[in-house]
Amino acid sequence: MSLDKIGIAKRIAQEVKSGHYVNLGIGIPTLVANYINKKLEVEFQSENGLLGMGPFPVSGQEDADLINAGKQTITTLPGASFFDSSTSFSMIRGQHVDLTILGAMEVSEKGDIANWKIPGKMVKGMGGAMDLVASAQNIIVAMMHTNRQGESKLLKKCSLPLTGIGCIKKIATNLAFLEIVQDGFKLIERAPGVSVKQIVDSTQGNLIVEGEIPEMKIF
Amino acid sequence: MIDKRVRNVSNALEGISDSMTLMLGGFGLCGIPENCISELVNMKVKNITCISNNAGIDDFGLGLLLKDKQIKKMISSYVGENNEFERQMLEGELEVDLIPQGTLAERCRAAQAGIPAFYTPAGFGTEVGEGKEFRDFNGKMHLMETAFKADFSIIKAWKGDSAGNLIFKATARNFNACMAGSAKITVAEVEELVPVGSLNPDHIHIPGIFIQRIFQGNKYEKRIEKRTVQAK
Repeated sequence: MSLDKIGIAKRIAQEVKSGHYVNLGIGIPTLVANYINKKLEVEFQSENGLLGMGPFPVSGQEDADLINAGKQTITTLPGASFFDSSTSFSMIRGQHVDLTILGAMEVSEKGDIANWKIPGKMVKGMGGAMDLVASAQNIIVAMMHTNRQGESKLLKKCSLPLTGIGCIKKIATNLAFLEIVQDGFKLIERAPGVSVKQIVDSTQGNLIVEGEIPEMKIF
Repeated sequence: MIDKRVRNVSNALEGISDSMTLMLGGFGLCGIPENCISELVNMKVKNITCISNNAGIDDFGLGLLLKDKQIKKMISSYVGENNEFERQMLEGELEVDLIPQGTLAERCRAAQAGIPAFYTPAGFGTEVGEGKEFRDFNGKMHLMETAFKADFSIIKAWKGDSAGNLIFKATARNFNACMAGSAKITVAEVEELVPVGSLNPDHIHIPGIFIQRIFQGNKYEKRIEKRTVQAK
C-alpha cells in the first residue's frame, strides 16, 4: 500500500502551522488546503494577486475577475486582499510567505529541483516556481516517488533542466516523508504499509535510514 | 486636469506599427485588454514582440494574434494553455523567452520606476541564469536582470477617469498595475470611464500620470479559462 494523491496532501497538511502564510502550487499541493486543521490560523497566497484565498465558488457565483494562479475560479475569505504581481513577488522574494508547497518532476539529494521543462516535449514555462524556490525558507515538495516507468524521481543529480538549486528541505511522496540533509535524503516516515526496503529500492539518490522508521499517521 | 481620453480603440493604438515591442496586462485571460487585442488583429501589425505573462488560449486573448502569425517573439512566464503556441514554438516559427514570473513583474516595475537593472535570486543555477551577470549578496547568489524597454504598454482596468486614474477589480490587477507607465506610451482600456472627481483619490490604484491614453472598451466578454465550482 502506498499513498494516493489525497494521502500525500493529508500528510503535508500536518506540516502547516498556525500563523502560516502558505503558497500552494498546482496539482497535489492545491489539495492540501482541504485537509488543514480548521482551527489553525492560516492564509493562502495566490501569486496572481490574492491573499486570503477561499474555496471554489458555488455554481453561479463564478467571477472572471477572481481566479487563482492555476486560472481556476475562486473565492475570498474575510480579511482577504488583492494586489499586483510585483507586490505578490515582494511577498515571495521578501520571505513573507512562510510555507511553499509545490510539485516536482525530480529532486536531487542536494535539494535541487526540476519541475518546469522536458526538453523537446513539454515547454510550458516556470511561472512563479523559480521565484518561489529561490527565496522560500520552507519548501515542501509533493510528488510520486517514481515515474510511470518505475524509475526513481529522488536522484543523485537531476537530469531535467533545474528550477532551483539547493533549496528543497522536505519531500512527501506516495512512499515516504523525507528531509534533505547534508548527505542526502533522510527517511523520516514510511507511508502506511510501505517497507523501508521498498523505499530504499525506489530511491536512486543517497538515502539515510537511521534506527526504526515510524509509519505516518494519516487521518 | 489633463484629459487622457481618446475617442475609441483605434485612436488609442495609433502609432503601433510592425516590429514594435508591446506589453500586455493580464494573468491567463483575467484582466486582459480584450478590445485592444481585437484591434491589433484588425490592424494586422506583424513581427511584434509581446511581453505578457501568458499567451492566451487558441481562440481568445493573445491566441488571436498567434493564430494570424502576428507575433515574432513572446516574453512570458507560462504558456501552457495554447496548442497553436506550442506548435509554432516547437517548429521554430516563434521565438520564446520564458522568464520567472516575479522577474517578469519586476522588470515591468523597474521600467515604470526608472530603475535600469536589479538583482534577484530567482533562476540562479538554472538555464535562466546562463550568460547573465551574477553577484553574491549576504552569502546568496543573485542574477542581474534589466528593465524592459517597450514601445507601448496596453492594460485593462475596471474603472478609470478622464485623468487616467485607474481602479482594478479583484485579481484582474495582476500585471496591469506593473505595466502602467512601463513603456513609452501606456494605453488603458476600462470597463467604465467616469468623469474626473467621481473616484475617491484614496481608492486609486494607479495614478493618471502613468497613463497617456484612456478609453472605455466597447464590450467585455471576460471569458473564464477554468470554470471551477464546489461539488454540491
